[in-house]
Amino acid sequence: MIGLIIIIGLGILAMISEIFNFKKLLHPIVLVGVIAAGTFNLIEWNQPVKIQYFDNMLAFDRPALAFSTVILFVALLWFTLSRTYFKNGGHLVDQYTLVLFMMVGAIILTAFTNMTTLFLGIEIMSIPLYVLAASKKGDPASNEAGFKYLLMGAFASSFLLFGIALVYGATASFDLVTIQNFIATNQANLPNFFYVGVVFILVAMLFKISVAPFHFWAPDVYEGSPTVITALMSTIVKIAGIAAFLDLFIGSFQDVSFLWIKIISVIAAISLVVANVTAGVQTSVKRMLAFSSVSHATFMLLAILANLAYNVSVETLLYYSLSYAMASLIAFGILDLVKHDEGYSFKSFNGLYVRNPFLAISMTIAMLSLAGIPLASGFFAKYFVLSSLFDSGYIYLNVLAIISAVIGACFYFKVIIAMYNGDSENRAKIQVETAQGVVFAICTGVIIVLGAFPGLIVELF
Amino acid sequence: MLTLLLLGIPFLAALILFAPKDRGWKNLALIFSLVEFVVSLVGFVIYKQNPASELLHFKAVWIKSLGINFDVSINALSLLMILLTTFLIPIIILSTYKKGVKTSNKFLGLILAFQMAVIGVFMANDGFLFYIFWEMTLIPVYLICLLWGGENRSKVTLKFFIYTLIGSLFMLVGLIMLYHHTNVNGLHSWDIQALYAAGRSLDFAQQGLIFWFIFIAFAVKIPIFPFHTWQPDTYVDAPIQGTMILSGIMLKMATFGAIKWLLPMVPLGVQEWGTTVMVLAIIGIVYTSIIALGQNEYKRFNAYISLAHVAVIAAAIFSGTHQGIQGSIMLMLAHGINTVGLFFISEILFRKTGTTMMDEMGGIRQQNGNFSTLFLIIVLGVVALPLTSGFIGEFLSLVGIYQFNPYFAAVAGLSIIFGAVYMLRIFQKIMLGESKNENFVFGKLEPSENIVLIIISIAIIGLGVYPAILNDIAEIAAYEALLNIK
Repeated sequence: MIGLIIIIGLGILAMISEIFNFKKLLHPIVLVGVIAAGTFNLIEWNQPVKIQYFDNMLAFDRPALAFSTVILFVALLWFTLSRTYFKNGGHLVDQYTLVLFMMVGAIILTAFTNMTTLFLGIEIMSIPLYVLAASKKGDPASNEAGFKYLLMGAFASSFLLFGIALVYGATASFDLVTIQNFIATNQANLPNFFYVGVVFILVAMLFKISVAPFHFWAPDVYEGSPTVITALMSTIVKIAGIAAFLDLFIGSFQDVSFLWIKIISVIAAISLVVANVTAGVQTSVKRMLAFSSVSHATFMLLAILANLAYNVSVETLLYYSLSYAMASLIAFGILDLVKHDEGYSFKSFNGLYVRNPFLAISMTIAMLSLAGIPLASGFFAKYFVLSSLFDSGYIYLNVLAIISAVIGACFYFKVIIAMYNGDSENRAKIQVETAQGVVFAICTGVIIVLGAFPGLIVELF
Repeated sequence: MLTLLLLGIPFLAALILFAPKDRGWKNLALIFSLVEFVVSLVGFVIYKQNPASELLHFKAVWIKSLGINFDVSINALSLLMILLTTFLIPIIILSTYKKGVKTSNKFLGLILAFQMAVIGVFMANDGFLFYIFWEMTLIPVYLICLLWGGENRSKVTLKFFIYTLIGSLFMLVGLIMLYHHTNVNGLHSWDIQALYAAGRSLDFAQQGLIFWFIFIAFAVKIPIFPFHTWQPDTYVDAPIQGTMILSGIMLKMATFGAIKWLLPMVPLGVQEWGTTVMVLAIIGIVYTSIIALGQNEYKRFNAYISLAHVAVIAAAIFSGTHQGIQGSIMLMLAHGINTVGLFFISEILFRKTGTTMMDEMGGIRQQNGNFSTLFLIIVLGVVALPLTSGFIGEFLSLVGIYQFNPYFAAVAGLSIIFGAVYMLRIFQKIMLGESKNENFVFGKLEPSENIVLIIISIAIIGLGVYPAILNDIAEIAAYEALLNIK
């Protein structure tokens, strides 16, 4: 909770930094603040009881703390990584403010215990993102991205609200625990509109984590937005979204799982095929990564579908999201460095190994992790998901997931092949700032360490 | 502890060789690989004295909640495979020694990284660890082929990669399915004995399903007809050391896996489908032998005869007889040595004659009799003449197949005839007759090349004259494999 307050404070501080003229100090302040927030999270970790706040609107239990710490960790890396972009692009203050408030929304999403805080969290997270997506004012693609995101996001939000209203109508409460108890005691005579409400909420959440067929906004928005913002969308937003999804469906709506399990299993099957096949035919790496994020969101959804004990799901998803976020940061970070004249095509990676071996190796490890090759953390991430699917008996979905993982491996390897193989004549070496280099090194390190010792996370609870 | 040493030495060497500055430390790589060979010989001696020695086993908890242990140990079968690997890797490294050719550190580092992974495959006693090492072998080989390969390398290596990745993912599914049937004190476990027990507790249909899931991984890697289409292209386009690794060592992983992991795990599945596999393998023997007869390109020819020989190995394994398995193990050793020799020669030929087409070669014997003799020894080893390495393995394999079904043995026995035909034919084409080009000068071999060929020749003859030294262990290995079934 103190972590959340610190981030809110940082957001306000960032707003006034221009007025009081300490703009230059903002970057270090933000870094220190994020680290402090993370530290407080770790301190709260050892407090034995679940602490509730605001009349039981928020509760930071261990899963919430774990997810929000991951978010803070990713944010720390992201701030360090995107420093150069803001140095050159200006508008540092506005965008830092927006990002910080987006983080507030994300952290709320990990800790909500009430439908109203769920909605607040989603809106606080999404609205800054709409602006950030459109933050390259001169670029039509960026404007299009922002506008598209806003329209589609608003649409999803209305679904969410309507769903919440219907659930409230049936259960007479916004509180998740009360709803859960109500469902448990009145399982036989829930009104039909309650089920409709659950499905509406499901659709809204699927939209937020961008799973096919609710993914149509994702490629355009990912491609149009500035790459640093895309990195944000595919990491923090995904983690927060999946954490909220988990709380809602493995928590409150657990007892009506017969309803959503069928829907999710069909959607997951569609999404696996659509995402991986479409990603395979992309010519732009950024778009390919967008579809790959759809595919990874689907894998995370499969972990929810397996519908195991809450703790197991938390561990699986925590591991998956951290592993995916690390690889994603590397991928988008390096993509931003290599794209110059060729845009985002695979060609821009040609000969990266000659131009900068360090970047090429980091990128290779990131791609291996996304493809799910052992000893990169992405392998265990997929392994945990597939293994829990087995536990629940979804053998055919499992086979489908494996086939799509292989298709996925092909397009990640396209990047690797380009890096080592493509001709690299007339190309200067790429210089990397120390801070960025450190971020890539940390991400690579986390991927390898998590890959070698997955027990660090999966034996957390 | 010896097991950890076997994993640690190549790993350390690879780490050193991956250092950013490229200094061409060939000698360093060679020394490390020789030390590794010595360590494996020490392992051999220890095993001879006391197979249950604690030095040959190591176990530590890796991921407790999933029942995964870092459990590596050496038994009869893995000892032989490790000896083969540690024997071949120095030869492969030595084959990069050439005047005026700089070899990248990274290339050697990848070879040693591969060595670590493959030794891990041979030693793993935990299903999960086995899978991890299995996949880890793929990355160095993929990079070797991708970075130093021929013209079509991107396409060809991607094909190779996808084939093997699909195979190994199916194997993972199969293993996970078994894992969910294991029960050690109420918990799941990846321990090999637990997996054996779980596999045998299943009914007929389930064992058959798991058999196919796991078998596909092996079938792709061996490769067995009709999963073989990646192989000739990859062998041709890979750099010569990559081809040696692929054919000499990597495919042994699959035949090894079939003996250690597949036969004892799902005996009913093997009973049900073993005949099918044998039929496929025997089709492969005839089919690839006939294709090999029509090949004119030396490297592609080698790829096809390698296919024919591994098909014999596979057929012998799935006969499920004692002699068959023992023979297949001996044949694996012989094939590893022979095929490395053949591919090594392909590079010499290409460098000296400037062509890969056998039609355009000829008359080399007149110019370099020593080379011709060494080549002949390797050729005879491949033909499996008595007193060469291939003989005992091929003989026992055919005995095993005969015990299973005499008709199968009759067709599989064609491999001996085919082998003699195509091997002697290419010897004639390349070495005998008149040179096609009058100004052609073959010249002397480099010292390193001579050393490699002589070592290989000695190994071929040594193993043929006195096979007992390894055959005893192969017998124990076959016994152990079948002990677990019956």
